Amino acid sequence: MSDLFSKFDALIAERAGVLAKGIRDPFAIVMQEVKSPTVAIIDGKETILLGTYNYMGMTFDPDVIAAGEQALRKFGAGTTGSRVLNGTYQGHKECEDALKDFYGMSHAMVFSTGYQANLGMVSTLAGKGDFIILDADSHASIYDGCYLGNADIVRFKHNSAEDLEKRLRRLPPEAGKLVILEGVYSMLGDIAPLQELVAIAKAHGAMVLVDEAHGMGFFGENGRGVYEAAGVADDVDFVVGTFSKSVGTVGGFCVSNHPKFEILRLVCRPYTFTASLPPAVVACAATSIRKLMHAGDKRARLWDMSRKLHSGLIARGFRLATDSCESAIVSVLMPDQETTVRMWQAMLELGVYVNMSRPPATPAGVFLLRCSLCAEHSAEQLDTVLERFAMAGTAVGLFADA
Amino acid sequence: MTDRAQVYARIIELIEPLNPKKVALTEDTSFAGDLEMDSLTVMDLVASMEDEWDIVMPLNMLPDLETVGQVADAVTRLVTK
Ligand SMILES: Cc1ncc(COP(=O)(O)O)c(C=O)c1O
Repeated sequence: MSDLFSKFDALIAERAGVLAKGIRDPFAIVMQEVKSPTVAIIDGKETILLGTYNYMGMTFDPDVIAAGEQALRKFGAGTTGSRVLNGTYQGHKECEDALKDFYGMSHAMVFSTGYQANLGMVSTLAGKGDFIILDADSHASIYDGCYLGNADIVRFKHNSAEDLEKRLRRLPPEAGKLVILEGVYSMLGDIAPLQELVAIAKAHGAMVLVDEAHGMGFFGENGRGVYEAAGVADDVDFVVGTFSKSVGTVGGFCVSNHPKFEILRLVCRPYTFTASLPPAVVACAATSIRKLMHAGDKRARLWDMSRKLHSGLIARGFRLATDSCESAIVSVLMPDQETTVRMWQAMLELGVYVNMSRPPATPAGVFLLRCSLCAEHSAEQLDTVLERFAMAGTAVGLFADA
Repeated sequence: MTDRAQVYARIIELIEPLNPKKVALTEDTSFAGDLEMDSLTVMDLVASMEDEWDIVMPLNMLPDLETVGQVADAVTRLVTK
């Protein structure tokens, strides 16, 4: 009998090799206590969180918590059912209303996660004979949505208008087409040139879906995302997003003005065949989304912190994935796997948690230490972080050959 | 008119830079097994073949294309379509 696990042997050996060097597992961190959106206890030690996507710091917002507590008492711990059976409560409707108001769109569908929102929208919108045209660096949930569906999948070079145009030109003019873009790409923290890309998609008769997971809350006049800031709202057919970042809880959604949108509730399998979000979660989300409509101060602080971290790291000799600060993700380029893991561990020992990313999650085989900012990070925390980055970089010899 | 022999020869040239271990390339050489290509490399190779012949090779075709010979057949079909 062959062991079904033997296909994982190479990965198991690689991990064992890293761990044998006395390095702790970067993918097995436990937050023993969480004190605020920016501080947790890890291994008994107070640690600054610099890799949580908790951009707007809504996880501990007193209004959000109060709404969740009330819903938990009033509606119970869970719905035990699908949105289309017994799992749509008043709170789910209120959450969808909050999304419609936030985005100024006529339809909103709440999924149990952002992953499932992409899985559902991508696999359902484009069917047999249709084409999906997606950016090469698309999130795993978009790729997985492609593989769940039956459309023909065409991939274009990351953020390249020229490549998108070339690939669209080769497709049959009469075929249905869905172009999938992201506002912010989460690995490098770069943003998409949506003005150009959306114009090309429209010129070729495609519908456009933009994933704004990392742009919601602080791009554009109303915080709707990069597509709003780029001024292309009228040409975007679907916006997908998540509650697991700026909104500060868990869940996913799609908003749209398409007149037939509501039919998706019956034909979108990742929406239909899973239990709906618990009442407390949708209550937290609705409250948070409504507060994010008027979060100008937090937005300004988040941008200020992001720019300072970006310029501070450059000043200290780090190589970053973007020349200027494009989003609230600041990615530090690392030379190889071993230095990345050692640097990540040195940061943790100094009391700063950042994300470590490696291929295949990253594009072009790069190794990254990814930082994401929170509007609640203080100026002192930022100074501490920069100081510790410099210390850790020196300790692992990152600047040795510079 | 592009015939299969020409397509095959050009595919070999496109694979060469992605074959650091200099594995011998034949009709039966497999991308995942023999060439140890990861999925990103395979997708980039597909993009270069699309541009070479001005064709569309949807990614959902890939599971059926395991060897160099199978890819040459598929490209030939798409080019002469
Ligand atoms: C671009 C993008 N889309 C979708 C998701 C999925 O979101 P969720 O965490 O809600 O599943 C993420 C984050 O993981 C993401 O980065």
